[in-house]
Amino acid sequence: MTFTGLLGDALFLVVLTAVAVPLGRYMYRVMEGERTFLDRIFDPVERAIFRISGIDAQKGMDWRKYVIAFLLSNLVMAVLVYLILVFQTSLPLNPAKLGPITPTTIFNTVASFIANCNWQVYAGETTLSNFSQWALQYLQFTSPASGMIVAVAFARGFVANRPDLGNFYRDFVRSLTRIFLPIAFVAAVVLVALGVPDTLGGPVVAHTLSGLTQVISRGPVAAFEAIKQLGTNGGGFFNANSAHPFENPGPWTNLIEEFLMALLPTSLVFTFGHYIKNIKQAWVLYGVTMFLLVGLLVLVYSAEASGNPLLRHVLGVAGPNWEGKETRFGIAGSSLFTSLTTAYTTGAVNNMHDSLTPLGGLVPLFQMMLNSVFGGKGAGLLNMLMFVIISVFVTGLMVGRTPELFGKKIEAKEVIAASVAFLIHPLIILWPTAIALSTAAGKAGILNPGFHGLSEVVYAYASSAANNGSAFAGLAASSPFYAISTGIVILLGRYLSMILMLYIAGSLLKKKTVPVSPGTLRTDTWTFGTVFLGVELIMGALTFFPVVALGPIAEQLAMLAGKVF
Amino acid sequence: MVMDIWRNVRLAVVTFVLFAVIYSLAVLGIGQLVFPWQANGSLEVRQGKVVGSMLIGQKVTSLDLFHGRPSATANPATGKPEPYAANNSGGSNLGPTNKALVQEVKANIAAIRPMIGSARPPANLVESSGSGLDPEITLQDAMLQVPAIARRTGIATSTLRQLVLRDAEGPTIGLYGPWRVNVLRLNLALQSLINQR
Repeated sequence: MTFTGLLGDALFLVVLTAVAVPLGRYMYRVMEGERTFLDRIFDPVERAIFRISGIDAQKGMDWRKYVIAFLLSNLVMAVLVYLILVFQTSLPLNPAKLGPITPTTIFNTVASFIANCNWQVYAGETTLSNFSQWALQYLQFTSPASGMIVAVAFARGFVANRPDLGNFYRDFVRSLTRIFLPIAFVAAVVLVALGVPDTLGGPVVAHTLSGLTQVISRGPVAAFEAIKQLGTNGGGFFNANSAHPFENPGPWTNLIEEFLMALLPTSLVFTFGHYIKNIKQAWVLYGVTMFLLVGLLVLVYSAEASGNPLLRHVLGVAGPNWEGKETRFGIAGSSLFTSLTTAYTTGAVNNMHDSLTPLGGLVPLFQMMLNSVFGGKGAGLLNMLMFVIISVFVTGLMVGRTPELFGKKIEAKEVIAASVAFLIHPLIILWPTAIALSTAAGKAGILNPGFHGLSEVVYAYASSAANNGSAFAGLAASSPFYAISTGIVILLGRYLSMILMLYIAGSLLKKKTVPVSPGTLRTDTWTFGTVFLGVELIMGALTFFPVVALGPIAEQLAMLAGKVF
Repeated sequence: MVMDIWRNVRLAVVTFVLFAVIYSLAVLGIGQLVFPWQANGSLEVRQGKVVGSMLIGQKVTSLDLFHGRPSATANPATGKPEPYAANNSGGSNLGPTNKALVQEVKANIAAIRPMIGSARPPANLVESSGSGLDPEITLQDAMLQVPAIARRTGIATSTLRQLVLRDAEGPTIGLYGPWRVNVLRLNLALQSLINQR
């Protein structure tokens, strides 16, 4: 670890926060239909979209209608992209002449991209035509928008005297045109300027200095890259994702990509503050979460900077753990990316997580297990608030009264729903892991032997369940066993908890707002923040401790003892 | 319900046109018009032939030239190891306690020995990159190769050092990324020096 490295990472987080606070306010204004400076451009676009689709975007929706619109729209978009992938060979823009895609890969890919997960069982440059990439890029816009507005609808459940949760379609289109499209467009142009290609020309054959030929895959990368990061999608254009020099050519693009993925989920915490008319509450949630993020960032950075002791002792290799990392990002830039991509559940990687040191690899795994260190679009905030509800319940038990949250009484119904939402996550990680480890098909997919093999499997399901999409990529993820099982886990992880959270919002909406009294448990204090942190860590850590002990922790001890597998 | 589905189909199609096609074409158009070199892959053309992309590393076989990092990529058709296969990016994915990692790094050390002499093998130069296409090495690792190249080519070490320093790039705004050099750019300059002799 160097001082410069830490300073760079710290500066990044300060700038991020400075932008996220005002952007959170802008997002609130967009979602509540207030005037913004982009109206002149996008009002006509929006009207055209609704005229063509024939959707009435004015009527308010209760939670059931909102859920149905959310599921139905997602299903239709998934089917559209499914058909495009099935007919890849008959569709245009396939300069590399890539063949048909296997059915299990198509299933997994569509599930993964509609769910904002972007787990990839294929390598982009050897599987997808440019048109298929565009189709996935389409889902990279719509899936984060869907997730974000579900969180917004949830926030509306706390607003006093609101008749409904809003209109799904109106929220959907507004968030796309006023938030995702303009930021992605500007970012894409900047990325091209900094070296990210954007061309429909096919692969280029180079005649290298050493007299060899090198086939260089290209494509419309910059447009894809911008929304891949901004939408916390993370599915790479190329197999190596943001480690590929065409996706991420240098330190500047690396900073921009990190910034894009962290921007909206951080801002959304402040948007939520505006909904409940309590910015201090937003700062408490932000502060606790940032504390976790920074602590885990320092852990991964120090683990990677100290290098691999096995290679040092056996082969005399000097230096940090460079395996799977790119020179231009350095160890600090790689660690920050690893930390952010799993905190914000983006899943893009600028280094290969499978080759991280055991403790370094524990950090992304643990953040996906918590699934609430800011998290992805909407899903992350929902998980944070789920932990808040559980924390409020726990503190309510301590003082023996029905707790309130942001002025609404939290009763058995809400606590049960939040608890179920909490339990889904470990269940859909640990059960499939157990099944994979007890079947031949599951074990056959493991690349690295020993404790690391267990980490590979549990990482796959944690990444699927958290809709992250990063991988310990040694795992043979494209085998039918993993393609199908991770696909199912991705869908469960995405939709079950979101439906439950909308159910809670619907129930809260109907409740009268209770005025603040001396007996109210205040949740916008650092005392409550500490309880919140404790609940997150105890519930998150205890649930997963056994499997983490058998995976990364055991491997770290083995590595320090000089054992190889 | 049927009407709802039909409306959603129309919504999906119109948003598809907007976010898959119009957005893509807008970025494509600006990229091709304003930044054509970058947008087409930062290709270096010499005597009408593409010698490579300035962003993509390439396999160096000659002992006269600077060597890049190990690459764990494979040929996409055969699946056989083929370093710097720029149509099939990826890392080794070997875990830190995997015997295969130790063996791989051992082989990488043996391969780079002629370039670094008896020096302690630096991690960056013997551990494979994440993309398998890393175009750069650290400044120290370039300097480490100077004596061997000077011996082979007869170019003075001071000239070679200057060459390396001329192409070296420091951390962005003093904070982000290590001191490093682009191996292809360096080798193009070195090659023309060799050709002049």
